[in-house]
Parts: sequence; structure tokens; C-alpha cells
Amino acid sequence: MIVLDHVNKVYDDGFHALKDINLEFKKGEITVLIGPSGCGKSTTMKLINALNTPSSGKVLIDGKDISGLNPVELRRNIGYVIQSVGLFPHMNIAKNVAVVPHLKKWDKEKTDRKVNELLDLVGLDHTIYRNRYPSELSGGQQQRVGVIRALAADQDIILMDEPFSALDPISREQLQDELIRLQQELNKTIIFVTHDMDEAIKIADTIVLMKDGQIVQTGKPEAILRHPANDFVRNFIGQKRLQSENELSYEIPLVDDVMITNPVTAFPNRGLAEAIKMMESKRVDSLFIVDRNKQLQGAVSIYRVLDMYGEEGKTVADVMIPVRFSVSSGSTLPQAIELMDSHQLSNVPVVDGNNRFLGLVTRGSVVKHLAEVYPNLAPPQPAGEGEPM
Amino acid sequence: MNEFWSFITERYPDILLALRQHLTISFSAVILGTIVAVPIGILLVYNRVGWINSVVFFIANLFQTIPSLALLAILIPLLGIGVKPAILALLLYSLMPILRNTYDGFQSVDKGVLNSAKGMGYSAAQTILKIQLPLSLPYIMSGIRITTVYIISWATLASLIGAGGLGQLIVSGLGVNKPEMIFIGGIGAVVLALVADGLLGLLEGWLTRRYRQTRSAAV
Repeated sequence: MIVLDHVNKVYDDGFHALKDINLEFKKGEITVLIGPSGCGKSTTMKLINALNTPSSGKVLIDGKDISGLNPVELRRNIGYVIQSVGLFPHMNIAKNVAVVPHLKKWDKEKTDRKVNELLDLVGLDHTIYRNRYPSELSGGQQQRVGVIRALAADQDIILMDEPFSALDPISREQLQDELIRLQQELNKTIIFVTHDMDEAIKIADTIVLMKDGQIVQTGKPEAILRHPANDFVRNFIGQKRLQSENELSYEIPLVDDVMITNPVTAFPNRGLAEAIKMMESKRVDSLFIVDRNKQLQGAVSIYRVLDMYGEEGKTVADVMIPVRFSVSSGSTLPQAIELMDSHQLSNVPVVDGNNRFLGLVTRGSVVKHLAEVYPNLAPPQPAGEGEPM
Repeated sequence: MNEFWSFITERYPDILLALRQHLTISFSAVILGTIVAVPIGILLVYNRVGWINSVVFFIANLFQTIPSLALLAILIPLLGIGVKPAILALLLYSLMPILRNTYDGFQSVDKGVLNSAKGMGYSAAQTILKIQLPLSLPYIMSGIRITTVYIISWATLASLIGAGGLGQLIVSGLGVNKPEMIFIGGIGAVVLALVADGLLGLLEGWLTRRYRQTRSAAV
């Protein structure tokens, strides 16, 4: 956790850039600092890696005052991404990503492994991109490298200073999506500076709105949209966004809220008799087949297994049917229901960006969710009955 | 033409000696000049006191304007005659272009690159050695190339203070009225300058081969 405790910044020329800033950046959250230019959002962020030192007040990381630390060492433990990317043009992509591991004197093998893993993580095939130079990449690709460079030394804290604002709208959207996906996997403490409210709402766990070196409002995006503290916030959010938010009197649930998180799965090398046994004991009529990386391979139903049961050497991998329909994590429930409805499905799997199996939306889980959301509307439970499902 | 060839065949040991002296003087001057000028250039980039930069550039410029013959003569009472004052004089001439190009090269490094280097934990020394120096290499190399070409040409004057070199052939040729001797001295200096320029050009291309297009594309 990072704490800014009564921080003031006064420049030599008397300009009071930050006025009594008190902030808490929670571990594993994306905190977005937002405000008009010159509001001090960047200055605030740079306090954390000592690119900027407070005139008074303290900056604490995990309870430790950073003024006592060596700034160069401190920065090596904090990822840093800037707007103009800042890739080193005379180093290839692999060397660029490995900059901080190199500074920290990691051995070559460990560094190489990390670099390859990170390149693949953002969809840049390491066999192709390792030896390319920054000039040979598109703007979006360069910024992907910029982002993974900040992760290369396993930094827990990442500072991002308007990292996507120089990109075209399509690349920007893609990188925002990727950042959200990466964050789901990596759980870093991210401090993100932007002046774009749409971006903030999209990625933030917490938004900190600043103006003239002061914090105007802090809160979840939802809370800020619903209860703007004053006219400045209202104007900054924009009237249009406020209206569209007010029309939604309830929250649309996401598939992640509805799905069963522990559906019954089996590895591809299971035999058919084993499959039947599993279905029996878990009381289900089908199994989802996943490999060791939780990648969804296919599904088998009890009917299919029974059809093929005569052939002893077969495994579930031989008889499974590829999963034709799935929804990705973060989709809304109506999307899943629409899919189930139009294709007559009894369930639909939820996967993440890497096709990893996260959970299952079934008709039963939808009903259960509705019952939880509208408890008052549900009829009183008749006593003495068994499991409703 | 016959005289020309017979001069070369008869006197080639002398010609080679002159050539070697010429190379020694020129390259010593350029190498020492680089060793002096590059660090000064870097210091000036980091110097925050404005007038110091102006003074240093003024002095380096001043050396450039002193007529070479005069400078050589001035150095005689200080260092006597021979190779040493010749190298010093030529070194003083080499300072300005290398200094200026080093300074410009460092200034040209993208601010975003420097910001991210600092933010990721490069120390000041690492930033200079691993980022700024390699990125300003094309500038510094072109400074060295320009300097080398005209230092080789000016080194012909060094013979006047007894440093030898190809200038010696020209001076002697004037004395004994042998045009072929003057010709050999002059042509030798020209060829030497062209070859040196070509080789340094290749070296420059090789050192910066990978990111040349990067520099133009990144801006």
C-alpha cells in the first residue's frame, strides 16, 4: 500500500503545485489520477518513484518512508510507463524489455525466459519480435512493449503516465482492454494518470479527481458518476455520461457474478468409465474437458460417453465435442442469455482472454442469481421440499 | 611523366616515411582531440551555468580562427619544434567540431527516452554511457570525420616546424624546384584524407547500422 501523508509541493518560484495531498493507493488496485492539465496529477504520481520530492509531508510505501531510500534503487522496483513510450531506439525489443532485469543483474537465462513470457502475454510472438527494433513496430505494439517493460522485473507497483493518450482510438481501446486483462492475472498496484474520463471509468478501481493541486473527489467510478461532489466534477464527467448513468436504475450483472465457479471438469486423458463415474458422483450430465493450463478443450455429455462406451481404449479427448459457444469474462448476463436462447444451449462456459475456463453460466445459476437480486419478489419457500434444483 | 615515376621508384622509402609521419601526427591529434572534446561536450550538456558554455564554445571557436601557420609559430617558444607542437596545434583545431557535435548529439536524444531511463532506475552515469553516448554516436562520428579530413590537410604545414610528414616533400620540392616532389606531397595528402574519410564513414555506418532508420522514424 502507498500512502501520501500531508504532501505539499512548492516550487522555487513560489508555485504551490500540490496542496496538502492525502491519498491511499490500495494494493492490487488500479487507481486513476485524473484532472485537467496542470492539476498536479503527474506531479503526484512522480512522488512515488522519487522523480519528484515533496516540500513537506511524507510518502510511505508499505509503511516505509521513501525519503530514506536510494532513489535509483527505489525506481528499479517500480514499473514506469510514459506517454511517449520511451523505448530505447538503439536496443532491440528483447533488450528494451530486459532493461530493469539487466540493471538488477538477473542472470541471462531467467531474463530471457521472463522477456519471452511477457512478449507472448501481450500477443507479440517472441520468436518474431525479440530481435526487432522499436522503429519496426507500430505505435500500439511499441506501447505494449512499454507496458511489459514495466513488468519485467516483477515490480509490484506500476506507474503509468498517460500511457495510451498518444495512440489512435482503436489501439487505445485494445491496450485498455489488455491492461484490464493483465491486471486480472497479475494483480499489481497500478497508478494511472490520464485526462480522459472514459478511460478512467473503464479501467479504474478507484478514481482520484484533482484540480489546482488539490483532490476534489475520490471514489469508485460508480460512486463518482452517481454522486459528483460539486459542479466541477459534474462538468468534468460530462452531462451526457451522467444522464446515461441515471437511466440505468439497476446494475446489469456480469456473467462473472452469475456463473458457477467450480464446474465439473476433467483432463483429456481420462477414460470413459472414469468420466461416467465422475458425472455420477457430481450429479451432472456433462463434463468440460480442460488441459493443465485450464484451457477449454471441449465437452462430453453422458449420452455421447454411453454411445462410445464399448471402445475400451478411448479417452474423453477422443469423444469430446468442441465447445462452439462461450462468453468472455466481463460480458454482461444478457449477452450470455441471448446466446443460450438463440442456440438452445443449457449452459455456456465463461473463459478469459486466453481461453481459460473460469466458470459456467447455466439456467439454474441465472435463476439463482435473480432470486438473490430480487429477494422480495420471490415467493416464500414452501417448507419440506428438497433442493429446488 | 618519366621523372614522376623515377622519383617514386627511387625515393619510395622517403615517401613512405613521410606518409607514416603524416598519419601519426594527424591521427594522434584527432584521437587526443576526441578524448578531450567529448567529455567536455558532455560536461557542457549537464552544466547549468549558462555563461560557462558560452565561454567554452567561444574559446574553442577562437582556436579555429587562428591561422594555422601563426599557431604553429606561437607554439615554438612553448614546446620547441618537432612532432609535439604540431600535434598540439592540430588538436586545438580538432576541438571545436567534435565538441559541438557531441553537445548537439546529446541534446538531440529524445526527452521521453531520458525520462523513462531515469524513471526505471538508470543512474546518471548509466544514462550517459548506455543511452546518450550510443544515441549521439552518429553526431560524434560525423564530427570526428570532418575534423580528420581537414586535420590531414593542415598537417602538411607541420613540416614547417620540423615535424616531417607529406608537407616535408612539398617544402623540399619548392627548395630544389622539383614539381614532381610537390605533386607527390600534395596528392598524397589528398588521397590520405579521402581514404580516411571513407574508412571513418564505413565505421560510422557499422556502429549505427541498427538504429539509423529508428532515429528518423522515432521523431
